[in-house]
Amino acid sequence: MPPAIEADELAITFKGGVRALDGVSFAVEPGSVFGLLGPNGAGKTTVVRILTTVLLPDTGRGRVLGHDVVAEAGLVRTLFGLAGQYAAVDETLTGRENLRMVARLNHLRRADAARRADDLLERFGLGQAGDRTLKTYSGGMRRRLDLAAALVAEPGVLFLDEPTTGLDPQSRIDLWGVIDELVTEGTTVLLTTQYLEEADRLARKVAVVDHGRVISQGTPTELKAALGATVLEVGLADEAAARRAAEALAPLGRGMPHLDGKQLELPVDEGPRAAVAALRALDQAGLEPARFALREPSLDDVFLALTGRAAEDRAGADGFPGNGTGDGTQTARRRRGRTRDRSGDGAAVRR
Amino acid sequence: MTAGVLAGRRPGAPGGRLRWVVQDALTMTGRNLIHYVRIPGSLFFSGIQPIMFVLLFRYVFGGAIKLHGGSYANYLIPGIFVQTVTFGAVATSIGLAEDLQKGLVERFRALPMARSALLAGRTLADLVRNVFVVVLITGVGYAVGFRVQTNAGAFIAGLLLILLFAFALSWGFAVIGLSAPDSETAQVMSFPILFPLTFASSAFVPVQDMPGWLQGFAAHQPISVEVGMARSLMLGGPTASDLWQALAWSFGLLLVLVPLAVSRFRHRTT
Ligand SMILES: Nc1ncnc2c1ncn2[C@@H]1O[C@H](COP(=O)(O)OP(=O)(O)O)[C@@H](O)[C@H]1O
Ligand SMILES: [Mg+2]
Repeated sequence: MPPAIEADELAITFKGGVRALDGVSFAVEPGSVFGLLGPNGAGKTTVVRILTTVLLPDTGRGRVLGHDVVAEAGLVRTLFGLAGQYAAVDETLTGRENLRMVARLNHLRRADAARRADDLLERFGLGQAGDRTLKTYSGGMRRRLDLAAALVAEPGVLFLDEPTTGLDPQSRIDLWGVIDELVTEGTTVLLTTQYLEEADRLARKVAVVDHGRVISQGTPTELKAALGATVLEVGLADEAAARRAAEALAPLGRGMPHLDGKQLELPVDEGPRAAVAALRALDQAGLEPARFALREPSLDDVFLALTGRAAEDRAGADGFPGNGTGDGTQTARRRRGRTRDRSGDGAAVRR
Repeated sequence: MTAGVLAGRRPGAPGGRLRWVVQDALTMTGRNLIHYVRIPGSLFFSGIQPIMFVLLFRYVFGGAIKLHGGSYANYLIPGIFVQTVTFGAVATSIGLAEDLQKGLVERFRALPMARSALLAGRTLADLVRNVFVVVLITGVGYAVGFRVQTNAGAFIAGLLLILLFAFALSWGFAVIGLSAPDSETAQVMSFPILFPLTFASSAFVPVQDMPGWLQGFAAHQPISVEVGMARSLMLGGPTASDLWQALAWSFGLLLVLVPLAVSRFRHRTT
């Protein structure tokens, strides 16, 4: 079966010289979820904008259900639904009016548009709120309405740009459920995310994007196999002790421990067993950890494994406001990368 | 995928593209009209502000303005018509800039709708609103003593020509909205154009009482031409040349501004 979505060496340089995409290629199997995983500024939104015909690539081709997104843009727009990174809904209209408008612009008959709007409001738990203007909606409700709007024309292909960024945990889990349902119905989904956990939970295949390039591609299992299923975090009393601990623990992990001041991180295959072995090894070396923890690997761990450096927020270097590059520790930078999704690349996309 | 809804979507229906161009523009017009009704500020601009201008000029400034024959109420109302629809066109620049800013334009661009509908829906919504506005001003005008001196046909022709001019202006303000980084800037960019055009014109004060250096501009700029046309048609006077000049301005502006707005819209990528 030909791929449902195809990106073929997509490249684009924005005015001002930002090389946002530098040859991105991937193919999405019909009826599957494909995850584009990458930090802020990696180029995920730019890929989505090109594939949804909103932006023209400098070079390369995109196809949706076999149709070229540039040459056959008009046709392609009838094939997909899009929920962007920032819920693009009309605040002055009610939920129902928003959905009817999008349905009419998808050329549904008036009666069908009305029925479809009602169905979707019910499905997304917005039946009660349907006749209120969006000014009264919470962030989670807006996201749901945005997703409902993307589904108005029952598209075979769905683009979801960071659908759960900024959502509370329960809304996130609900949204994952909706995506599961859609895939069961046969929809192909391209999803961008900054969370390895989300890609792991939803996607059959994942492409890791960094600086406008795909640096790794495969199933989440393959990705984690390269990575170790769990990350062991150990904190020592001082840096010298940390260096000695890294030496002592090196044989236990996949690859080398990553040292960061008094902290070290080590990807391991079997968490509990590795933990026991690690404590033994530390004890033998006469080291006593101040902190000792196991955790799920994150996007940063993927980056460490793939590139040897943390997933950094590149947007700061591009002169976008609100993106001071800062010179904090890697950990601080990482934390910022996750929470700054509104102030960072937003400036580039929201307009 | 249920067949029912898909059958309701008719990409190849008779009428073809032109039909969608019209339907999509009307859908967007409807959406923008809802905005006019729900956003208190826009209701103020199109409803209350013209009434305040009528009262202000009729009863506060009017007495100080020296006329060369005729009543000030009759002199004022044709000016108010043109001034109000001109001010109203700012809504297009603010609205478009806001849609761009909020990512709505991006969403619309990814829909299978006619590309033209976003701009046409804006300018058509302005037109519909202006129809209500001129009816409102006619009522208020009558209440303060304005009386048509010609006949109903000429009066309505005057209104239609003003509406045409306003429609042309909306495209100009669309260009501003598409050039501004956000809606506040769009508003700020609009006023330096609005104020000299509306106040350094014959809308409220006879041009021959202005300083000499201003008269050249004030007499020939489009607002004065439109006001002159409206006075001729509503109060009587040398109609033909005023009419041609007014029409020429409207069509000339449309001819320049529509392609300009469309090309700004095409090339704006964010
Ligand atoms: N319209 C634009 N003009 C200039 N630079 C842009 C624009 N849009 C995005 N960029 C830059 O391109 C890079 C990729 O951005 P984006 O695709 O939004 O990343 P992501 O969605 O992965 O966070 C970033 O460096 C961003 O600052
Ligand atoms: Mg993004």
